[in-house]
Order: sequence, then C-alpha cells, then structure tokens
Amino acid sequence: MSPALTYLESGHFEALAAALLQPDPTLERSSLNLCAEASDFLRFNQGALRQATGVQQAYVTVAVERGQRRTESTLSLSGDLAADVQRLQAEHTLLTGQLDLIADDPWLQRPATAAHSRRDERGAMATADHVIALVHEAAAATLKQDLVGFYAAGPVAHAFADSLGSRHWHRVESFHFDWCLYQRADKAVKTAYAGTHWDDAAFAARLDEAASRVQLLARPARTLQPGAYRAALAPAAMVELLGLLGWGGFSLKARRTGVSSLMRLQRGDATLAPGFHLDEAFARSTTPVFSPEGFTRPATVALVEDGRLPATGGTLNSPRSAAEYGVATTGAHGGESPEALHLHGGTIPDTDLLRVLGTGLYISNLWYLNYSDRAACRMTGMTRYACFWVEDGELVAPLEVMRFDDDALRLFGSGLVGLTATPEFIPNSDTYGARRLGSVTTPAAVVDGLMLTL
Amino acid sequence: MFDTLEPHARRAASRLPASTRHWAVRGVHERSERLSVRDDVTEAPSRVVDSGVMVTVVDGGMGYAATGDMSQAGLAAAFERAHELARASAGRTVIDFESIAWPTASGRYASAVTRSATAATLPEKLGWLQEVCAAAGSEKGNGRDPRIVDRHATLWSVQAEQLFLTSDGARTQQQWEFTTPSVQVTAHALGVTQVRSSGGQYNGFCQQGGIEVLERAGFRGTEGPRVAREVLELVGAAPCPSGTMDVILMPDQMTLQIHESIGHPLELDRILGDERNFAGTSFVTMDMFGSYRYGSELLNVSYDPGLAHEFAGFAFDDEGAPAERALLIERGRLLRPLGGRLSQARARAGGFELSAVATTRSAGWNRAPIDRMSNLNVEPGDQSLAQLIAATELGVLMQTNCSWSIDDSRNKFQFGCEYARMVRGGRLAEVVRNHNYRGVSATFWRSLAGVGGPETVVVGGTPYCGKGEPSQVIRVGHASPACRFTGVDVFGAAA
Repeated sequence: MSPALTYLESGHFEALAAALLQPDPTLERSSLNLCAEASDFLRFNQGALRQATGVQQAYVTVAVERGQRRTESTLSLSGDLAADVQRLQAEHTLLTGQLDLIADDPWLQRPATAAHSRRDERGAMATADHVIALVHEAAAATLKQDLVGFYAAGPVAHAFADSLGSRHWHRVESFHFDWCLYQRADKAVKTAYAGTHWDDAAFAARLDEAASRVQLLARPARTLQPGAYRAALAPAAMVELLGLLGWGGFSLKARRTGVSSLMRLQRGDATLAPGFHLDEAFARSTTPVFSPEGFTRPATVALVEDGRLPATGGTLNSPRSAAEYGVATTGAHGGESPEALHLHGGTIPDTDLLRVLGTGLYISNLWYLNYSDRAACRMTGMTRYACFWVEDGELVAPLEVMRFDDDALRLFGSGLVGLTATPEFIPNSDTYGARRLGSVTTPAAVVDGLMLTL
Repeated sequence: MFDTLEPHARRAASRLPASTRHWAVRGVHERSERLSVRDDVTEAPSRVVDSGVMVTVVDGGMGYAATGDMSQAGLAAAFERAHELARASAGRTVIDFESIAWPTASGRYASAVTRSATAATLPEKLGWLQEVCAAAGSEKGNGRDPRIVDRHATLWSVQAEQLFLTSDGARTQQQWEFTTPSVQVTAHALGVTQVRSSGGQYNGFCQQGGIEVLERAGFRGTEGPRVAREVLELVGAAPCPSGTMDVILMPDQMTLQIHESIGHPLELDRILGDERNFAGTSFVTMDMFGSYRYGSELLNVSYDPGLAHEFAGFAFDDEGAPAERALLIERGRLLRPLGGRLSQARARAGGFELSAVATTRSAGWNRAPIDRMSNLNVEPGDQSLAQLIAATELGVLMQTNCSWSIDDSRNKFQFGCEYARMVRGGRLAEVVRNHNYRGVSATFWRSLAGVGGPETVVVGGTPYCGKGEPSQVIRVGHASPACRFTGVDVFGAAA
C-alpha cells in the first residue's frame, strides 16, 4: 500500500489528531478536517480508452480558534505520518500567530459539545484493467456502439476531530460509471451504473438496455417551434432543475439579503403545488453527517412542505449565517447549497409517465441551466441527449435541442400535473478537485406549459 | 520545493521495463490565500498549500498516476501505477500513444510581478479590504446608503510553480503569481433587489501579477463607490425592453461571449468527441478549418500566451510544447483549433492536418492534461467607444456577465448581464435592469459590426473554466475591446 492511502483508514487519522490536537490553554479550539480518496478514473471515447488515471490524495484543513477569531489552512498530505505532523504543527503555529493580527468575527460559532459519529462502508470495486477490457469488448467489439463515458471508483474518506473531543469518521467506497451511446451528432442515450459492489452482469444488462434504446434515435429528428408545451421530465432532468433551485434558493444568507430565487415563495407571492415536498435528507444520502466545522447535521431539514415554506423557514444555515441571523445551524457548508435533496414521490404510477403526458415532450436530460431572472425564479437551459416528441403516450421522434426559459415556481406550482410515485436516488458524480459525496433523490414529473424559446 | 523531485523521478523511471517508450513527471506546488470582509466584518482568513506530482508512462497504452507523496517511495509507487494503467490499456486506446512525438523543449517562465502579495502583511491586506468594503456603502464612498443590504470585498492571491521533466529530455520550470480582487454590493428598494460587482460575481477581474493588479483594477481607489453607485442606479431602473436591436458588449461581457461561443467550440478534444459525456461537443467540425466563415470581416481572434498580465499566460503547456501566439480566426475565417500535440496527432490520424496551438493543460497535480483555451482574445479594431455608441440607433450597452447558458454543441446561447444602459439615437440613455440576449454562435459573430480600439481593451478572464472527466476548473484569460453587434434578440425581466 502506498503511504498516501494511509489516511483512508481511521487509525491513521486518529494518530494525526492525537499528535496535533494537544490541549493548549491559549486556544479555545483546534480542529482537523480530512478529505481523502484513492480513485481510478477512466475516460472512454468511441469505446476506446482516452485517459486512465490513478489519483491518491489527502487534504487536511487545520483550524485554530481563540475567542471570536479563527484562521485556517488546507494542506495536501504526503502520507508519511511523521512528515505530515511536522508540517501541520508548523502551520498550526503560524495560524495561532495570525490570530493576533485579525479582528473579532461576531458571527463565529463552534459546537457547544463534543460529538462522535462513524460510518465505514467497504465495497467491492472492479480493477481498472478489468473495466478497460470489459468496455472495450462489450461496447466496441460486441455491441459496436460509439460509447463515450467516464468511470470513477474507489474509497473516499471524510473525517473531523477537534481539541474539544469530537471525532467523526465517514468512509464510503463506491463506483460511478456513466456513459453515452451515440447514435449520431448530438443524439445519444445516457446511462449510469453506480454502486458499492461491481457486478459484470449488472453492467452488461445496463449497457444492453441502453443499446436497445439507441435505435429509437435513428428516426428523423423533429424541430419544435418556440411556444408552450406539455412535458415529462425524467429524474435526470429533474436533478438539473432542483440543482439550480439549490443555487442560492435555500441559502439563509441569500434569503436574508433578498437574492434567493425563492423570494416570491418566502413573501407568499407564489406557492408550489400542494403535493410538492422537498427535504435536505442527510440520513438518506452518502454525505457526511457532520460539517467541516464539526457541527452535527440533522437527519432531515424540511425545505418545502406541501408547496409552501415550512414554519422553520426552509433554509440551509451555515454556522456563520446562523449566528448572524440568530437561528440554529443546519450544518450547511459556507455556500449553503443542498447536498442531499429529496423530492417526495407523487401519485403517477412509475410506468404511466408517458400515458399521463399524452402528447408533448419527453425530456431525458437538461443541460447548462442558469437563471434568466433570479428574483422571479425564471430559469433557462437546454434539452440534451435522448429527448422525444410523444403522441398519445408513444415515443414518436427524437427532438433537435431546444432552449427553455420559464418560471420554475409556476412550473412546479400551477403547472405541475404530477410526480411519479417512486423517487430515484441519483448520486452526485461531480469530480471537481475531488470526488463529491451526496445525491439528489427525485421522481419524474409531468408539467404543463413549458416555454420553449429558441 | 522540487529539490529532490528530479533525482527521485529519474531513479523511479530507471526501474521501468525496457518496453517503456516515454515517461513524464509534472510536479506542482501552489500556495494561495483568500481574504474576505463582508459588511465590515473580517471573515476567517483561509490558506491552501497544495503539492503533488503527476506521472505519465507510455508502454503500449498510456497511464497517469498522481500522488501527494513526493518521496522516493511515493514516486516509485506512482511510476508503478502509471505503468500498470499503460499496460492495461495497450491495444484499447483512442490512438497508438507510442506513435506520438512528444515535445523536447526546455526553458523557464515567470509571471511579471512588481510586488508579490506575499510581501504584504496580513493586517495590511485586510486593511485594504476593510477600506474597499466601507467605500462600497454609498456612491460617495462614505457613510451607508440604507438601500445597500450587503457588501463584500475579497482578495485571492496564488503563487504556483511547476517542474516538468520527460524521458525525451524536456525540462521546463514555470512560476506564476495570480491576483484576483473583487467587490460586490447588493441593494434593495421598492421590491427590487439587484447585485453589482467590480469584475463579475465570479471573479472576472483576474490577472497575473502581485499587488499591482489591485492598482490596475482601481480596486482601492474607485471600485467601491462605482459599484455602489451602479447598484443604486439598477434598483431604480426599469426592466430592459424586449425586441431585436443592437448590443454593445463591454469587455467584461465579451469575456463570456468569447469563452462560450468561440473558446469551447474550438477545443480540439471536444471536436474529437472526448467531452460528449459531460462538457459537450462542438458545432465546429474538422473540415471547417481553413474555410469556415465564423464571423464578419472585423473578427480577429488570437491565442496569445504571452500577453502582459493575462491570467493564463505561460511558456510551455503541460505536454511540454512551447506556446506561441497564433491567430485562430482571421478576418472572420476560421484557421485553427485549440489543441495540443496529442489531439493534433489524433486529428492527423483521422485525415486532418491541423495547425493547432500548444494549450493542453491541467488544473493541478492530480489531473491529467486536456485541451483548454488559455489566453483567448479578440483583437482590437479602430473604433472608439463613442463611435460604437454613435453608430447605434437603438440598442443596449451591456456590462459584466451574471447568467450564462449554451447548448452542448456550443451553438444556441443565452446570456445576461449585471448592468446596462439603453442607446437611443446614437447616445447613451437610461440604465435598465435584468437584461438578457440570446443567439446562435454560428451566426452571431457574423453580426459583428464594430470593434473597439486598443483604448477599450480590458485584460480579464475567469478562474473557473470547468471541463473534463474527472472535472477540472482552470484559469483562462480573455482580453477584448468593446464590440457592437446588430440585430440581436434582447429581452428583459418578467416584471
């Protein structure tokens, strides 16, 4: 085992904490927050390997606090415990000195008591060479499909320790493989296979099922004119819409400064549909139950109840915002965006989505969403991949990509026809800097009057 | 920082089997500091010290391995892992990696820095932010306008160094310093909330250099009161009207327009299909280079890694290729893509001999390099801003991006800005809010009707260009004059 992998075992993090978090009467608190991973990353294009990368990385944020002052540094670690302790001790000393150079922060707060948690889930990953061979044989040689995709796998560990005695350990081991099978140009079926125990047969079944759907894209594509359309939004498309709502929508600071996209909901100028229930559900996700500052997160934070904001406000509160605005923290990170959204299921039987749609658009995926008018919660974005024109519940023709621009509060308010019964768990597959944990769990939806503009 | 990297790497490489055709090692060491003052309260200073190595091995296939362990044992393990992945991919790759002729250049690069941010003390820097934050409380730079509900001043400084070595004799050493100041103000009046910022809400005023970047930005002198004045104008402004009209895009919106509808479509790895599962493909195809009319005769676009102060300047890309200025679009005609040595070889294997540029880069030591846009600029023309305005009968002058969306072929786009003024009868008129415009890349640039002169150029960029699997956020530079476009679909807010 390479030294960097050591921080994927709790004992090594404990040793780091024991060495660094010695009692210091000049400080209120010292803390360590670890993010580590050992990942295999495989990129494929046209069924062939484009890049194969192994990454071993570990970062620790060391923070010191005295009174209402805090400073922090994040260091990449080598894996050599003695060398890392030496570097972290030097950084700790530097940070402690900086406390004398900064002003009090009235909004700094720390947990009142020490807390502990532990989650350690081991999986069974395929080796990289096995996946490379499998994809090449299955996609390129056997199915003769133009597969472009990305496989990421391996353990991810997050941990927290502080001088007040808190200890949290969270390790998950998972893989996420998502790929597109291209029929032509921008027409493709996107599929994902994710889990904790790799199974060749399950992968092959997903691949075969995707390959069978690609044939539908061979039909001539239909170009729609701008206008209002009835639409069915698959769970992957819902992830994009809910994700944009989470960009400042639920942030306590954004609400209090008036820049949240949900201000109309807060003022009571708009309501969502009565059956619309949205939670931040840490307990249902893969995200840690502790924050980077060591706060314990509640199992669930209600964000929307029956189409309205709950009495608690329906906000995600970082410790700092919570102190500033005088409410309890929900353990949100500084950006106060959700990590474990859960939209409750509705009444449409899962197999009846197209029947309930009747005639309109089936939208498999959306892409590149943004606000065209944040205050009005008006969103824009593009359709992508395998979107179809549907007539009488039957897929008729693939669609050329279209831009939508619409009021999301209307879409999920008066425009919401219904939600399917069973929400789908879609893990976060982001890999900016590190493999992200978290998820969105959402049903599909049918909406009326989706406005297409270009 | 890299005293032992070279001997460790050469010793580890010496243990590779004789079948190994190529290896490379790229060590990266980066220190950064983020300082922030919000509503006159100093937030916790935050530092990052990030060091590691990416090893590349070609033996049959190609493998990469990244580690934060730069010891002899760490390098040996990384070489071993990269070699395993190279062997595992042999015969199953997008191209025969053994056929690639890798660069062999050696040399150095260093950002021009007058006074490094590391030479200023923490209290000194926080004092500047306190000063700017306080000045953003009103349009006069003193006191606090009750309509202003949030003020935020930040300073992000980065010092980075990189050593790149290969088995073919390449040895490049590059050092950079990046400085990004920002001030952002939110105001509310009569049910209208608006946000205005100095260089965009996502750090659009970013340059290479030290403390002198603050002076170039006017950060401590004028930015606070200017941003306060303009946000107060916005909360009192009417929504932008809708219709087909001209737009004059100022440089901090041109940054986004260039980035999304020229930069990304010209990335050769997109055109080769690598990004179709994530960042998308391109409406540009390889047969278009040399003949396709991308824009009007006024459009000249350069890749310029040597432009003074620009954010993504360098002398060698992360494949070791020397970086040299080249025109990608000349008088509207598409000439060459953004693609490094590997992508060029792949295009050649497909029958396209493209004259691309050295711009294969990675976001850090833990990511393998891919084609990026680096410094991508629109060349200045000969019109003053006054002439651009005078030529506009009905239009909107737009400034500073705040909303961006484009399809996965980088064609149908819709962008919004923070601040705008109507232009009526060739004169600047009232301020309007919530303004957006939409179009299609393939035709939009052909409506370019006026290009500002050098005096209108601003050197900006973004620290946050996202792409790749695994994903990479990278620094990109865009320098541009103000530009005028005709017949654009403009629209405002719902109310």
